[in-house]
Amino acid sequence: MNFDFSDDQKFLKREARKFLEAACPIATTRSVLDSRDKPFDEPLWRKVVEMGWTGTVIPEKWGGSGLGHTDLCAIAEELGRVIAPIPFASTVYVFAEAILAFGEDRQCERLLPAIAAGEAIGCLAVGEGRGRLACDAMTTRVEDERLHGAKIPVTDGDIATHAIVAARDDAGLGLFVVDLATAEGVRREPIESLDPTRSAARIVFEGAECERLGAAGEGKAQLDTVMNRAAVLFAFEQLGGADRCLETAREYALERYAFGRVIASYQAIKHKLADIYVKNELARSHAYYGAWALGAGESNLPLAAAAARVAGIQSYDFAAKENLQTHGGIGFTWEVDCHLHLRRSRQLALALGGISNWREQLVQELEARNQH
Amino acid sequence: MDFNDSPEEAEFRARARAWLAANAPEVNWAQLDQSDEPAMKAAGQAWQARKADAGFACISWPREWGGGGESPVMQAIFDEEEGAYGIAFRFFGIGLGMCLPTLMAVGDAQTCKRFVGPALRGDEIWCQLFSEPGAGSDVAASRTRAVRANDGSGDWIVNGQKVWTSGAHYSDYGLLLARTDPDVPKHKGLTMFWLDMRSPGIEVRPIHQASGDSEFNEVFFADVRIRDCQRLGEIGEGWKVALITLMNERLAVGMGSGPGWRELLALARELPGADGRPAVEDQALREKLADWYVGAEGIRLTRLRVMTALSRGQAPGPEASIGKIVSARQMQDVATEALDRLDQFGIVAGEAGGADIAAFDYNFFFGGALRIAGGSDEILKNIIAERVLGLPADIRVDRDVAFKDIPRGR
Repeated sequence: MNFDFSDDQKFLKREARKFLEAACPIATTRSVLDSRDKPFDEPLWRKVVEMGWTGTVIPEKWGGSGLGHTDLCAIAEELGRVIAPIPFASTVYVFAEAILAFGEDRQCERLLPAIAAGEAIGCLAVGEGRGRLACDAMTTRVEDERLHGAKIPVTDGDIATHAIVAARDDAGLGLFVVDLATAEGVRREPIESLDPTRSAARIVFEGAECERLGAAGEGKAQLDTVMNRAAVLFAFEQLGGADRCLETAREYALERYAFGRVIASYQAIKHKLADIYVKNELARSHAYYGAWALGAGESNLPLAAAAARVAGIQSYDFAAKENLQTHGGIGFTWEVDCHLHLRRSRQLALALGGISNWREQLVQELEARNQH
Repeated sequence: MDFNDSPEEAEFRARARAWLAANAPEVNWAQLDQSDEPAMKAAGQAWQARKADAGFACISWPREWGGGGESPVMQAIFDEEEGAYGIAFRFFGIGLGMCLPTLMAVGDAQTCKRFVGPALRGDEIWCQLFSEPGAGSDVAASRTRAVRANDGSGDWIVNGQKVWTSGAHYSDYGLLLARTDPDVPKHKGLTMFWLDMRSPGIEVRPIHQASGDSEFNEVFFADVRIRDCQRLGEIGEGWKVALITLMNERLAVGMGSGPGWRELLALARELPGADGRPAVEDQALREKLADWYVGAEGIRLTRLRVMTALSRGQAPGPEASIGKIVSARQMQDVATEALDRLDQFGIVAGEAGGADIAAFDYNFFFGGALRIAGGSDEILKNIIAERVLGLPADIRVDRDVAFKDIPRGR
C-alpha cells in the first residue's frame, strides 16, 4: 500500500515549498493583483521555468524532465498554497496535457520543448458565454483550416502564445491549435476577472490559421480527457490553498483576543476550524486517488477526477470563506490576504466548469458501475 | 502511488487467503440469523478460536500474550480478506479493540497472562463501563463510587450506575471507571478496575432505545465487592488509563453501516419521482448522491492513507479521526433522503414497508446514536481542534474544584 507521496516526492515537495516561500511571497501575488498592466509575474514565471517545472511530465526527448504525474501533483499543491500569479495551470495542466494526449509527433516536437523552455504559454478556449457549456451549441467554426468565432472567458488568453480551441467543422466538434503570437485574424481583448492574479481575455478569431489536434469529430471525448486530467491537478492546487487557509485562520485565531481570551478558545471557532480540517482531509484523499488514476490509465479517471474536483472545490471554497469569517472585519479589507484565497478558490472552482457539471459526471459514472 | 502490497504483505495476504479459503466456507455466513444472539455468539466464538489456533487472531498484538507480533497493516489485510466472506461479529470489538489494549498497557504480567489469551480466543467477552447518566461527553464526571471495605481486606465496594454499555448482558468481564476520591478535582479522583460481570450485586438491564430496539444496557452496582488486585494502574490515575481506552475507541467505533449512497441510488432508480419519471433523474438528488459518494469514498481512501503509514512503519497521522464525524452524520442524512424520496410511503415501517425500507428506517434512527456514541460529533471536533490543530482547551470551571462541590444539574 503506497497511497501517499513517495519519499522522493515528499523531498520534491519540501524543496518546492522552500523555493516558493522565497520566490513567491504574498507580495508577489499582490503585485499582480494591484497593477492592471501586469497580467502575471514574469520573474516568478522565469524562475519556475528554470526549476524545470513546466516540463515536469514532458518526456526528455522533448526537453522535459520525464517525471510522473504524481511529481507534478506535488508541485501543484505547493503552487496552490502560495496563490502563484503565473499561467502554470493553463500551460502545464491543460495545454501541455492536451498536446501529450492527442498531439502527433510533429506537434509534440514543436510545442512541448517550447513549453519546457518557458517559451510557450498555453490556454484553453472553450466557453462562449454565460451558463453551462453545451458542446452541441458551440458556434465557433473551422472552415478551410481557418477559425471563426469568439471565446470568452479564456484564462490567460491575453498572455498565451498558443491556444487550444474547441470548434465545429463538418466532422463535428474538434480541438484545434492556434499560434496566437503569429496567426493573423486573432483579436484579443483582456477582460476583468474575479481573480486578477490570473488574467483572462476574450479572443475573437476572424479566419485565424489553425491545425487540428487529434482525430476529427472527437472533440467532446477529447475535451472530457483534457478536463479530467486537469481536474486532478487543479484539485492539488485547491488542496494547497485550502490548507493554507486553515493555517492562516488558525494563526489569526490564536492571536486575536475577544472577551478577554483568544478567539481560538471558543468552540464556535474551534469547531469551524475542525470542519475545515475534515473537508481538507477528504479532499486530500480524493486528490491522491486522482493522482493514482492519472498515472494508472483511463478507466478510473472520469470518476476519480470528478470526485477529486468536487471535494477540491468544496474544501477550498469552504476554507477560503471561513478563513475570512474567522478574521472578522479585518478579513474583509483589501490589505489582508483572505480575499486572495477567496478569489483564487472561485477561479479554480469555475475554470474547468462549475461543481454541478462534475457532480453530474460523478453520478453518471456511479450509475454505469452500479447497474442492476 | 499504488495500492500494491509489499513483498511481505503479499506473502501474508496469500497465506491469509489460503487459510480463509480452507476454513471460511465451512460456515454459511449468510444463513446465520442475526437476531438469534446466542447462536450468533456461539458461531462467533467458534470462528474466533479457529483464527486463534491458526495465528490469525489479534495479529498485531505482542507475541508474549499470544498475538501475532505483526505490523497493524497485516491485521488490516486479514480484515479485508475476512470481510470478503461477509464474516463480521459484534461480540469482540469492544474487548479486543479497547479493553484488552488498555489491560496490556497498564496491567501487570499476571493479569495479562490471565486475560489476554481467553479474550483473544473469544472464550471471554469484555465490555466497557464508562458512561453514566450524569457523565456522557464529560465521562470524567463519573459518580459510581468505589470505597475501601472497612474490614481491612483492602477490597473495594462499588455502588452506582453505568449506562450505554454495549454487550453487558453477554460479557464475562468489564472495565470499570469508578470514583475513589470525591474530595479532589474530578480527573484526579478516578481509578480503573476490571471486574467479573457475574459478581454479586451487578444487575444488567436493557435500555429501551429511541429506535425501539434494545442494543445497549444499563448496569447497576449494589455493594459489588472487588479485590484490590483488580485495580488497573494507581489509585487516582484512572483518567490516564481511561484515555488509553478512549484513544482506541475512536479508532474502533463503528463507521456508518447499512444502506449508503449505493442503496439510495438503487432505490431512486425504482421510485417514481416528478411527473412519474424515475426519482434518480431529479438533479437535486443527483447532487446529493455525488456529495455522499465524496464523503463515503473519501473516508475509505483516508483509511488507505492510514494503512500506508502503518505499512511504512510510521504512526498514522491524525486524519484517522475524521471517519466517524463524516460517516455518522451521513448515515442519518442518506436515510432521511431515502424516506423523503419514498414520499408518503416513507411512513410505512416493518413488513408492510419491505426489507430495503426497514434498513433505511434503522439507519434513520441509529444514525442518531452513532453521532453520539464513542465521542459525540461535538467532542470529536474538540479533539481535532485541540490535539490536531493545537487550539486551546476549553475553559473548565470545574477543573480545580473538589468533585463533591461541582454543581449537578440533570
